[in-house]
Amino acid sequence: MPLTLLSGQFSQANEREYLWSLNFGPQHPATHTTLRLLLTLDGERVVDAVPDIGYLHSGFEKIGEHLDFNQYVTVTDRMNYVSPMANNVAWHHAVEQLLGIDVPPRCKYLRVIVSELAMIGDHLVAAGAMGLDVGAFTFFLYGFYQREKIYDIFESLCGARFTNSYTRVGGLSQDITPLTIEKIRDFIKGFPAVLRDMENLLTRNRVFIDRTQGVGVLTRDEAINRSVTGPIARASGVTRDLRKDEPYLAYGDLDFKICCSEAGDCYARYLVRMHEMRESLKIVTQAIENLPAGPVNVDGAQRTGLPDKHQVYQTIEGTIEHFELLMSNRGLAAPCDEVYAAVEAPNGELGFYIVGDGTDVAYRARCRPPSFVHFAIFPHLIRGHQISDVVAVLGSLNIIAAELDR
Amino acid sequence: MENEPFVPGLAGKGGHLIALEEVLDALKLQAGVLDMDAFRGQWRVVVDSSQLHATLKRLKEAWQFDMLVDITCVDYLQYQHATDRFGMVYLLACTERNQRLAIRVLLNEPNLVLPTVTDLWAGADWMEREVWDMFGIRFEGHSDLRRILMPEAFAAHPLRKDYPRQGRGERHNFPVVTRDQS
Amino acid sequence: MALELPDNVVVTKLDALASWCRKNSLWPMPFATACCGIELMGTGASRHDLARFGAEAMRFSPRQSDLMVVAGRVVMKMLPVLQRIWLQMNEPKWCISMGACASTGGVFDTYAVVQGIDRFMPVDMYVPGCPPRPEQLLQAIIDLQDKIQQGGTLAGREFARAQRSRVLVDLSASGPCGPDERAN
Ligand code: SF4
Repeated sequence: MPLTLLSGQFSQANEREYLWSLNFGPQHPATHTTLRLLLTLDGERVVDAVPDIGYLHSGFEKIGEHLDFNQYVTVTDRMNYVSPMANNVAWHHAVEQLLGIDVPPRCKYLRVIVSELAMIGDHLVAAGAMGLDVGAFTFFLYGFYQREKIYDIFESLCGARFTNSYTRVGGLSQDITPLTIEKIRDFIKGFPAVLRDMENLLTRNRVFIDRTQGVGVLTRDEAINRSVTGPIARASGVTRDLRKDEPYLAYGDLDFKICCSEAGDCYARYLVRMHEMRESLKIVTQAIENLPAGPVNVDGAQRTGLPDKHQVYQTIEGTIEHFELLMSNRGLAAPCDEVYAAVEAPNGELGFYIVGDGTDVAYRARCRPPSFVHFAIFPHLIRGHQISDVVAVLGSLNIIAAELDR
Repeated sequence: MENEPFVPGLAGKGGHLIALEEVLDALKLQAGVLDMDAFRGQWRVVVDSSQLHATLKRLKEAWQFDMLVDITCVDYLQYQHATDRFGMVYLLACTERNQRLAIRVLLNEPNLVLPTVTDLWAGADWMEREVWDMFGIRFEGHSDLRRILMPEAFAAHPLRKDYPRQGRGERHNFPVVTRDQS
Repeated sequence: MALELPDNVVVTKLDALASWCRKNSLWPMPFATACCGIELMGTGASRHDLARFGAEAMRFSPRQSDLMVVAGRVVMKMLPVLQRIWLQMNEPKWCISMGACASTGGVFDTYAVVQGIDRFMPVDMYVPGCPPRPEQLLQAIIDLQDKIQQGGTLAGREFARAQRSRVLVDLSASGPCGPDERAN
């Protein structure tokens, strides 16, 4: 397909000759991944922007109709690849809602821990990349080093750096080990100092403030009307956070605050992200110190996770259970019904709409991607600003292409 | 600093003035409401396609369902005991009272047309474009109904059940650039 | 005829010298589309530090770079862009296909994903993994350096050949998205 000018958008522009159009992306350093924008410019001022997406559309939802509930978690890893753990949790949260499974408390706490660590990692990249785009390279390196530490934690937790596939229906792929707990405690100890360093670098930096304050303002009503969620909505004064509003997993037991701002500009989004990292760290600390004992997988008649190797080889029950779960005509059976379940992912409300049809494969696995909704507001945010603000606004929205296009 | 985020906690929230049941009771009297049921605590209301826009408008304006969480579609072609081909789903949320409601519309060929809701929620714009792209359902009154994820020249609607997962060979249909040419 | 060379003189072929220069100053162009791109970023960032192998000067303009790292899946809409960028790069140039998706399509055996970029453009080095660890990418770059050392040229064979067959590849003729008779 040649890169054609999108039809119908420029009729007005053609009449006014002094306007010219600029093709931005799909391969451009500031788009981070594969976004394309067609900007109409009047000198340096952006008159209009038309996003063109789909450069990473890989048919996630179609695959969801062919892989079973446990297999599909590997694909959700690749959806928001900056925080795969949050996607894993979101997917199995929805599947368990469909199957009517209530996971054991230890599993709930562990899922909270991993999704909050994912939240920190995601915000580090989001804030770091935003800094990178407006010229703060050191800030990005600080952030990425901390991210490597989170990778380390995940690696000792489940064996993979960032395509984790950690959750299973009714449980987790494996329990946490003392080594991992130690690593998490280490991280909790070291991270606040780094966060302070990072804030010292950027939060009161004149250049950074000038480039982000008052840029890309989104008001509260617009945010709600345009279905915006997550840190972007909270930076505009929407106090919606699913962790508080619909406490799922163990969030009801934990003490944390929702960070909001009223300004709604890029700087506010940056601040909200920085503060949310603190709150997430608080959640991780509470959860790791109060980690309940007990199994991580649903047990007994409801069992959905495979019994461990020892049981399979040594006990007849284990062998039977293993067999029952893996036989093609046994295994899980989802009810013939539909559910929608969402979690608060780092980018906003990440939900899955699953239709079950009596088998262990979803009939339809729709993902409600926050990035998709957020990129739709981009033209609205950028109109009237300078062309150099394009990257600042893009950075503050934290668009992840694979989640955008799926 | 003036932009220091404030942390309001939950103050001002949680005033559950109107229970979801009240909304549902009122909806029952509404014209065009065909059915309503709940599964795992989630209420779904099936609406006739001709009354869809009016119902959504009423929900937004009279009952403060101010956020459109998602619009999606399900193709029931191979679904057991399915009577209709497509089911559209509108997921609504009320940010004030923290309630959710799903509105469903059933559609059959050849009448794959629905009124747009972009006039109610600006966020519906891309969601409707995606449904058009993936399922081929038209939205009347949408200002810019183009394909959004697939290339403009693509012929099929890939999330329909009669479209194979591996496609019909479109992905192999490109010229080859060799070392010599570059 | 014994000619004594002073110790600080090295005899080599001009070819080898040119290759040596080229291999130690690769300027990669990250064509990062998806998850692998994050690992590519990780490779360039503080811990793994691509600079140790002389390849840290990431250039986002195809005109300035000589190594394209395709990191992530390439889908139908993206492939023409990829080909165009490849054609815009100057000789000599190399291509690393990073990750299962770029090499074979990986887990995404779907209608939209190109099943391996090597079907439509030349690739020098494949990095397996989903995603490959940064160490793997580093190894690929080291291997590519070996390859460059062995294959370099000053005679300009690659340019000569390119001249001869300088047919402009008409990307606009690329297929409509209709079904392909060649099928899968
Ligand atoms: S190979 Fe794996 S990590 Fe890399 S782009 Fe493909 S899915 Fe993502």
